[in-house]
Amino acid sequence: MTNRLFLYGTIFFCLAIQVGVAKTIIVNPSGTVRSIKDAINLAQNGDTILVMRGVYREGNIILEKSIVLRGDNFPVLDGENKYEIMTIHANGVVVTGFAFKDTGVASVNDLAAVKVLDSKHVKIVGNQFNNTFFGIYLANTTRSWIENNQLQANAEAEHQMGNGIHLWKCDQITINNNSIRGHRDGIYFEFVTNSLITNNHSDRNLRYGLHFMFSHNDEYRDNTFINNGAGVAVMYTKNVTMIGNHFEHNWGSSAYGLLLKDIRDSHVNNNTFIQNSTAIFMEGTSRTQFKENVFSRNGYAVKLQASCDDNTFERNNFSANTFDIATNGNMVLNTLSNNYWDRYEGYDMNRDGIGDVPFRPVSMYAMIVERIPTAVLLWRSFLVFLMDRAEKAIPVMTPENLKDESPSMRPHDIHLPGK
Amino acid sequence: MTRVIKYVFYDILRTRFILLYTIFLFVSTMAMYQLDSDSGKVVLSLVNIVLMVVPLVSIVFTTIHFFNSYEFIELMLAQPINRSVIFLSEYVAVAFSLCFAYIAGVGIPIAMYGFNPGGITLLFTGTMLTMVFVSLAFFSSVLTRDKAKAIGIALLFWFYFSLIYDGLLLWVVYTFSEYPLEKVTVGLVALNPVDLARIMMLLTLDISALMGYTGAFYKDFFGSYVGMTFSVTILFLWILLPLLGSLRIFSKKDL
Repeated sequence: MTNRLFLYGTIFFCLAIQVGVAKTIIVNPSGTVRSIKDAINLAQNGDTILVMRGVYREGNIILEKSIVLRGDNFPVLDGENKYEIMTIHANGVVVTGFAFKDTGVASVNDLAAVKVLDSKHVKIVGNQFNNTFFGIYLANTTRSWIENNQLQANAEAEHQMGNGIHLWKCDQITINNNSIRGHRDGIYFEFVTNSLITNNHSDRNLRYGLHFMFSHNDEYRDNTFINNGAGVAVMYTKNVTMIGNHFEHNWGSSAYGLLLKDIRDSHVNNNTFIQNSTAIFMEGTSRTQFKENVFSRNGYAVKLQASCDDNTFERNNFSANTFDIATNGNMVLNTLSNNYWDRYEGYDMNRDGIGDVPFRPVSMYAMIVERIPTAVLLWRSFLVFLMDRAEKAIPVMTPENLKDESPSMRPHDIHLPGK
Repeated sequence: MTRVIKYVFYDILRTRFILLYTIFLFVSTMAMYQLDSDSGKVVLSLVNIVLMVVPLVSIVFTTIHFFNSYEFIELMLAQPINRSVIFLSEYVAVAFSLCFAYIAGVGIPIAMYGFNPGGITLLFTGTMLTMVFVSLAFFSSVLTRDKAKAIGIALLFWFYFSLIYDGLLLWVVYTFSEYPLEKVTVGLVALNPVDLARIMMLLTLDISALMGYTGAFYKDFFGSYVGMTFSVTILFLWILLPLLGSLRIFSKKDL
């Protein structure tokens, strides 16, 4: 007990010293310190720089001290369409309350509004980014937070624009409550591990709302991805958890709500997929669990390529999709059980809520189109309707074993994050 | 000519069939709008009606009407009136009343629940299909003197364009799936007014995204100025060619 008291006492004492020593430098366009660069030169580790309202055009600000940069009433840091605005190379830096705008655009260097290199414990909280090439760029950084930022860009073509939040080779990052619009990829991860991505809103990005590769052991919760050029792409990754995300209106001939390529041992639970041209596209996906998701009004709810194995679909709700499941082979190595299908026409004699006849979610026409894409031009014709009916009665073309043995009679009551 | 049209028109109104047809279309369209709140999906369901029911009703009604008014036509021919005037008056009156029934029956609910591009295309293609099948009905009517036979031919037309042709098309696509068929299929689709109408509908309903590369190709083609002109011209040809053919036969025919 005394030991612990002593410990607390020491910590408190140290903090008091820290507070006592740390000073605040105020930057004001009409004051004594007029530029952020000067303030950084004056500052020492642990100091706070308070930047007052104004427009600061200082080219590239390089920060190599552990200081807190705080903006008062969103001072504007203008990159004049030429520069990277802030480069951070120090541990424990906090950047909060700034409005970054107009970084340079380059095809060789990844110019960013805030770039963090080889650092730890960095916090980028509550900033605005307007028309930046890359918004927040973290490389080789650990244990950092990116929170409550708003990023907006309006490029017309992919090559004119970088990613909103771009992470490369990072570990233990928290990305919470940001909103990203109009970038190339909303959130981009490469070699990012053990990270938590929550409550973000990514919409109208030109390519993917969220894009990650080789990023193991990450968790995505309650994010919203709407109207992105190609939805969300997840590749070459294991142990991903996606819970309570919302994928909506990712519509176009090559747009997917969620594209899974070479993923294994992952969980996709309680997500909502509404109005995507393909809600989930799976290729080379193994041992992944899809549980209690809602698929509604999608073109294809699930495109399950034959290269997927050992995946389970359990207690999902499928309603009003054009095609529930499409596949390109006859081999079935995945399990469907106890899902709700609005197309199910079976009966339930013992009234236990589970249909007595298995449901085959693959329509014959979906198989034909998968094999011969041109055949799609007969879609919605009377002939196709008749053929589908005939196939339902006696399956010939559709994989015999791709079926839900225990289809639910009623939609599952799925708990979804508050929308 | 207007006077003949007027007589034929009164005659059609007297049978009340057109009225029933209008009510049928109106009730089913209204029902679909009330069952489903998403107007895009309603239009999609209506596509089925337009592609199946409208051609069937148009072609059967027209054929029956032609043979029912055979005596009237003979009487008219006894007058000093040109054969083509009588024939065209018949066509205009029948086509006008069927189009009117369609536009009133489907158009009023669409107008009530709000116009959208899909709805407008639906009205347009439906009207065109009505006229195409009225033309085809006249063609089958002048081919023979026997009413039952004529109805048989008319039904065969309908059957061919809604089902058999698609079967052949699927077979072609299946057999030549190794080849890039996009351009060829545009040509093949033009040979069937029902398919042409269906694809025009699907492309305006923003589901072309589901149709992959073929859909994108079609959207590029039919969405362009050239493509629009092409499809409308083809539909007009489908109205004009059977009509002119039947007019030619009718003018020379020994009644």
